[in-house]
Amino acid sequence: MVGYVLRRLLSAIPTVFIIVTLAFFMIRIAPGGPFDLERPLDPLIMENINRAYNLDKPLWQQYLLYLGNLAQGDLGPSFTRRDFSVMDLFRTGLPVSIQLGAMALSLALIVGTALGALAALRQNTWIDYMVVGTATLGITIPPFVIAPVLSLFFGVMLGWLPAGGWGGGQFRYLVLPVATLALPQIAIIARLTRGATIEALRSNHVRTARAYGLPTRVVVVTHALRAAMLPVVSYLGPTAAALLTGSVVVETIFGIPGIGRYFVQGALGRDYTLVMGTVIVIAVFVVIFNLIVDILYAWLDPRVRYD
Amino acid sequence: MTETISAHSELDYRQSRSLGQDAWLRLRRNKAAVVSMIVLIALALTGIFGPMLSPHPYDRIYPQYVRAPASFEAYPRADDITPAFESAIERGRVTIGEITIEGQTARALISNDEPIDDRITRYVDRSDLFSNARIENLSADGLSAEMVADVQRLRFLFGTDANGRDVLTRTMIGIRISLAIGLLASLMALVLGVTYGAVAGYLGGRVDNVMMRFVDILYSLPFIFFVILLVVFFGRSFVLIFIAIGCTEWLDMARIVRGQTLTIKRQEYVEAAQAMGVTSWGILRRHVIPNTLGPVIVFVTLLVPKAILLESLLSFLGLGVQPPLTSLGLLISDGAANMRGASWLLIYPAVTLTIILFALNFLGDGLRDALDPKDR
Repeated sequence: MVGYVLRRLLSAIPTVFIIVTLAFFMIRIAPGGPFDLERPLDPLIMENINRAYNLDKPLWQQYLLYLGNLAQGDLGPSFTRRDFSVMDLFRTGLPVSIQLGAMALSLALIVGTALGALAALRQNTWIDYMVVGTATLGITIPPFVIAPVLSLFFGVMLGWLPAGGWGGGQFRYLVLPVATLALPQIAIIARLTRGATIEALRSNHVRTARAYGLPTRVVVVTHALRAAMLPVVSYLGPTAAALLTGSVVVETIFGIPGIGRYFVQGALGRDYTLVMGTVIVIAVFVVIFNLIVDILYAWLDPRVRYD
Repeated sequence: MTETISAHSELDYRQSRSLGQDAWLRLRRNKAAVVSMIVLIALALTGIFGPMLSPHPYDRIYPQYVRAPASFEAYPRADDITPAFESAIERGRVTIGEITIEGQTARALISNDEPIDDRITRYVDRSDLFSNARIENLSADGLSAEMVADVQRLRFLFGTDANGRDVLTRTMIGIRISLAIGLLASLMALVLGVTYGAVAGYLGGRVDNVMMRFVDILYSLPFIFFVILLVVFFGRSFVLIFIAIGCTEWLDMARIVRGQTLTIKRQEYVEAAQAMGVTSWGILRRHVIPNTLGPVIVFVTLLVPKAILLESLLSFLGLGVQPPLTSLGLLISDGAANMRGASWLLIYPAVTLTIILFALNFLGDGLRDALDPKDR
């Protein structure tokens, strides 16, 4: 097992390397630069700035320099946020995004599986129809509609919760963003769980467990639900990575200081290092969570073996 | 002998149904899909013809009606007319006497030390509230007269936005743009994905390997990355946005088509065509691609709402269509910015987008059930 994990982590290095390379050259061939202003800077000053950030060197040299710094864990200075290194920005922003994402993820997982299992066990009853109907609603309505509507309703009209802001991570400020992030995931997870549970309840091993005379609770929880978690787990891999690295929509609407905004802002402002840093963080999260998914798979389904 | 003939001729009377007719029949039995189809057609017609029929051009700004709430009643409100008339005439630097309003016309007695110049009617005409301003009953010395103007009745069923533009017309334009981008982007993804997938699957071997690795790598880059780069390269135009979305959405399509192609190319009819010396491209066009279309159509119907969503997301981030042109995403983004005190700016576009997405999803599900041979 340990060997497998190590091998997977090693094999992720070339993947991340390719992504870094592609991202580096793609953002560089985009016209414009981080220091372009409405009124161009004095050529001499521009030259100095470029020299300070190594932008005057040929592209391949810059690339090698970047890789060298990266290997030492240095993501470079941010071009548009003076006096901040990309690492500084992540150090303050990433915990915020992770906190929000983790809460939304746990909420989605608990509520989603519970609703899905409930619907599957009461298939074709009003409970089932309610869950499926609500799930369709949750999947269809995009977050950038949910977020402002929630904010308008609970924040502005009713005044129960703050309409936006971070407030140092107080619970009141977290409710609406977490709900916005979790709602679509609840819907998708409920649908996945429902489908998989219905299938699992019909499968042979569940029938055998029933024939043994095990109590229904045991049959459902340890035999049916365990098998039903497989598709949910494989869905959760990329989703967890996406949630934990922040959502640009939620962070923009609620004004949350996470890292979700950095990618779009960085790309628009040609903040090369910030964009690269965001791409790397996302790629690393994706790799890690895909690995976790595979390990969970083996744990949930003993037929899966990694050697 | 006669029996077989009669049985045969009986068979002939029964009309056979093609695959398409079969699917159509099944689709018609699905109520949610039929309702969705009607809703979509209605919305598409609204998007195409609505802005032409609307009394307000989508980019016309009414400075006097900024953030006017949605209402069935016509503007201006009765008690707004007098002060607006007064302030409009004041600009002509004349003394205003009594103002009376009868039905659709406003009258004011005006006088001045110098003869009244009839060009001051322009000040009144310039207001959004009045039209056809004229001077009547000019006294012999030209020092006093009556300013008469028709009250312009305007209706803003969905209210106006922060710039004083009619939200109903803008929503209709938004429907038009969103639907058009959804369709065009899906078409683009269809052409790209089907060609790429069919070529990779049919050629197989090392070519297939390289082509699909390329797809894998593109998968791992965030979607927004491409779009931003494309937008940055080519500027923010309508055409570019659907190209950008099409360019990012063809990956799944390529995978599906490649998988299909791998099975199709082992079929006897493909071997027969190869034996007859048909070129690879000919086989692809005549045999492979048409046979992959079943699952592809299903996938496309689910792609359209996805493309609309992506376009809205881009517009929401300010990377989509540029004002004064608008799309539902841009309207929602404006609405979100103005929701305090002007909630109609958010609610109408948001509801419209939700209805479109709902209808497309139901229609897609219905089509999948109708076209999927496994479900028979």
